[in-house]
Amino acid sequence: MKNAVFTHLRRIEAEAIHIIREVAAAFERPVMMYSIGKDSSCMLHLAEKAFYPAPPPFPMLHIDTTWKFKEMIQFRDRRAAEIGMDLIVHTNEEGLARGVNPFSHGSAVHTDVMKTQALKQALTKYGFDAAIGGARRDEEKSRAKERVFSFRTKDHRWDPKSQRPELWNIYNTRIAKGESIRAFPISNWTELDIWQYIHLEGIEIPDLYFAKERPVVERDGQLIMVDDDRIPMAPGEQPMMKKVRFRTLGCYPLTAAIESGAETLPEIIQETLVSRTSERQGRIIDHDQSGSMEKKKQEGYF
Amino acid sequence: MSDPTLSAIADAQSPEEVERFLEEQERKDLLRFITCGSVDDGKSTLIGRLLFDSKLIFEDQLSALERDSKTSGTVKGGIDLALLVDGLQAEREQGITIDVAYRFFATDKRKFIVADTPGHEQYTRNMATGASTAEAAVILIDARKGVLTQTKRHSFIASLTGIRHVVLAVNKMDLVGYDKATFERIVGDYQAFADQLGFESVTPIPLSALDGSNVLRRGAAETPWYDGPTLIEVLETIETAQDWAARPLRLAVQYVNRPHLDFRGFCGVISAGRVKPGQEIVALPSGRKSRVARIVDYKRDLDEAQAGQSVTLTLEDEIDVSRGDVLAAADAPAQVTDQFAAHIIWMADAEMLPERQYLFKFGPAEAYGAVTELKHKINVNTLEKASGKTATLNEVVFCNVALDRAVAYDRYQDNRETGAFIIIDRYTNQTVGAGMISFGLRRATNLHWQALDVDKRARAAAKGQKPAVLWFTGLSGAGKSTIANLVEKKLTALGRHTYTLDGDNVRHGLNRDLGFTDADRVENIRRVGEVAKLFVDAGLIVLVSFISPFRSERALARSLVEEDEFLEVFIDTPLDVCESRDPKGLYAKAREGAIKNFTGVDSPYEAPEAPELRLDASSLTVEEAAEQVITALRARGMID
Ligand SMILES: Nc1nc2c(ncn2[C@@H]2O[C@H](COP(=O)(O)OP(=O)(O)O)[C@@H](O)[C@H]2O)c(=O)[nH]1
Repeated sequence: MKNAVFTHLRRIEAEAIHIIREVAAAFERPVMMYSIGKDSSCMLHLAEKAFYPAPPPFPMLHIDTTWKFKEMIQFRDRRAAEIGMDLIVHTNEEGLARGVNPFSHGSAVHTDVMKTQALKQALTKYGFDAAIGGARRDEEKSRAKERVFSFRTKDHRWDPKSQRPELWNIYNTRIAKGESIRAFPISNWTELDIWQYIHLEGIEIPDLYFAKERPVVERDGQLIMVDDDRIPMAPGEQPMMKKVRFRTLGCYPLTAAIESGAETLPEIIQETLVSRTSERQGRIIDHDQSGSMEKKKQEGYF
Repeated sequence: MSDPTLSAIADAQSPEEVERFLEEQERKDLLRFITCGSVDDGKSTLIGRLLFDSKLIFEDQLSALERDSKTSGTVKGGIDLALLVDGLQAEREQGITIDVAYRFFATDKRKFIVADTPGHEQYTRNMATGASTAEAAVILIDARKGVLTQTKRHSFIASLTGIRHVVLAVNKMDLVGYDKATFERIVGDYQAFADQLGFESVTPIPLSALDGSNVLRRGAAETPWYDGPTLIEVLETIETAQDWAARPLRLAVQYVNRPHLDFRGFCGVISAGRVKPGQEIVALPSGRKSRVARIVDYKRDLDEAQAGQSVTLTLEDEIDVSRGDVLAAADAPAQVTDQFAAHIIWMADAEMLPERQYLFKFGPAEAYGAVTELKHKINVNTLEKASGKTATLNEVVFCNVALDRAVAYDRYQDNRETGAFIIIDRYTNQTVGAGMISFGLRRATNLHWQALDVDKRARAAAKGQKPAVLWFTGLSGAGKSTIANLVEKKLTALGRHTYTLDGDNVRHGLNRDLGFTDADRVENIRRVGEVAKLFVDAGLIVLVSFISPFRSERALARSLVEEDEFLEVFIDTPLDVCESRDPKGLYAKAREGAIKNFTGVDSPYEAPEAPELRLDASSLTVEEAAEQVITALRARGMID
């Protein structure tokens, strides 16, 4: 008897569920990083599947820079309540007090203080020994070599030389006190896989992914949505209403919108497939130089 | 270049067409393969070519690529596709790929995950890492150089790690004028060597990663003499399933899901076979049998599941199954052993020493163990065997391994998941080796265990629990045994390993010589305390259910174990209630004087002053009382 094809999506789904369960089984205090985007939405869905009928046995952690789209925050709170998971929201209060923001400090400083440092603070504060993250190997060249279970030192650093060989689906989950692991269940997913899976499983994602008339301004040739009145405007400048959507969600001043008519999931997928720019282009952080992500990772950025 | 995948959707006119396209996409299967070759054979260029020709490169990456090609490219004037896949900065500066990188691309038939593995002399371990999850290998040869030592090494490692299909990519054919004779000579050389390795298929292809002939497009102009498949045609048609689903069921339990007492789901990936409700399974290593009750999927149950799926099973019986156990087909179970022979690839700078204790990890199961005998080393270049005492970085050795506990396994050739293990250094926690089981060894063969110090902690760790003594004290008929029995049931349902000591199993055997005088009562409790201590040392949760009327003996029992290992449960049922119950008619006999020294009648009961838990069994149901004990254990971190 010939089997039904065990499809690509079902294979990477099974792998992701295996990884998530492995974290829950092998660590004392795991957490799932939740950044509200489409990849996080998939991860959350996979976590729900992994432990059904129980809710996932770990909390979700959101690093709130205070510059996220308002819609993202509403979406986050609602989803956490629906799934019945504890939601931990952490903000770098020190950075906030010093007024660090993307406009006057630039994207690099803002990201470092409000994201990278904030994440380390939260991991230390709650004593998490494993953090499940949504990074994918196809996102960026240096990530292509990332392990599924990525070892971090006591000060949360990633050292490309001390990564453990990873064979079969046997993961080395041993750490000493204070050390930690970042686990990436969707390592082997591509952007298209994510969209297909969202389509296949009917996973809910924030509205910002769908094209809609939104107020935007142009900054350095990119469209930035006016999500609140913190965005500096030139005298007399008025936001334009444009039909836009976002390929990735982050801090609104750092996340460029694209003009689009894609209002449904199939339309987004169609647009994504024929699009000739990779999704990270919308993320202003990567633009400096090719090796920059690797540097950020060594410093502890996810 | 027209790629069918992309043009289909780009041309889609209606949402229905897009939907149809998506449905087709969602039906694709997956092939994982590795590329290997010596430095500069053109691996990176070939992968770059696959990504480029299947349109997996975006414009921003392309412009970065053009920019990078000018500064560090090796292709004069053109774009250097190799730069697309060269990852870490430090490596790029050295000009070599030194780690395993994973790449993704798709055609309209399949999706592919490529492990880009290095050709550099000292990186056998990375190649093995990439190969361990691959179903096929693309082995590159530079047409000008022919079969090299490294080619042989890569082929051997591919074969060792269970890869069945090899594509021999004879690259840089442009530099030898697409010469047929050169190609055929190389193929002949390779075949002679590969015959020893037992691959299922070896497909040689003459190609040029640089100009793309016979990669995605047919090199009709360049190699008119070649009528075999292109690289992508081979990759699209290699049989991946190997029909794992047709083999006997194996599921390594990685997580026990127990949201409440009525649900115990065993979670894991099915590595072989199929499973259906009603099917008989055996839990290994314990050997207990049961039947599958349900296959629980997200918000529904499944009628059937098969190899590759991550599932949650519930069983019909409450048998003891925990993380690391293997659920196997009852009529074709996996083997169980604590000793086996295996190939090991050593991956650490510190050499492997026989008799040194390491942690061995088989899927979710862990055991301490040691290499007891290194039978021989294998020269990865010549496949010759050599003797040796230790193994160093990147060496492949064949040895005997002994573990401190039995595990379920299959031969690696029969199952790549239940036949594989990694070796972890106990002190650095580094992964230092990877192994593939060849066969089990019979228990009788020269066990020498002195090297392994198995202590209380190790035994408890092997059971995944904290050992403890639950000491139930109280009058005869107070309800000690009934409550203790239910507590034990609940603990077992939680996957804990337990044992109960009570009058029935101790008085009739170990303490057969003791009566009920005060002296004998003291001796009775002393012995029970000592036995409980041994069981704690064995890593068990011991439930002791004895009247144990005297404070000093209970204090003695308490002193035999660690402070946080002893939980005194006082079943505080009033004498009149016990006496009215009188299940065995003992109170009546005592009152008649037929039994002497009966506690509560003519012998004293010294109630505990500060028990960890006091339960009034006259006002609680047995269920409530047992649940209070479980809650107390949780609160104290004795169970989780
Ligand atoms: N002429 C020619 N050069 C090639 C071909 N494939 C790769 N190269 C060149 O060989 C060199 C090494 O290639 P690279 O892909 O970096 O090799 P790797 O070390 O195996 O990844 C580069 O200069 C490539 O441009 C080919 O098919 N023909």
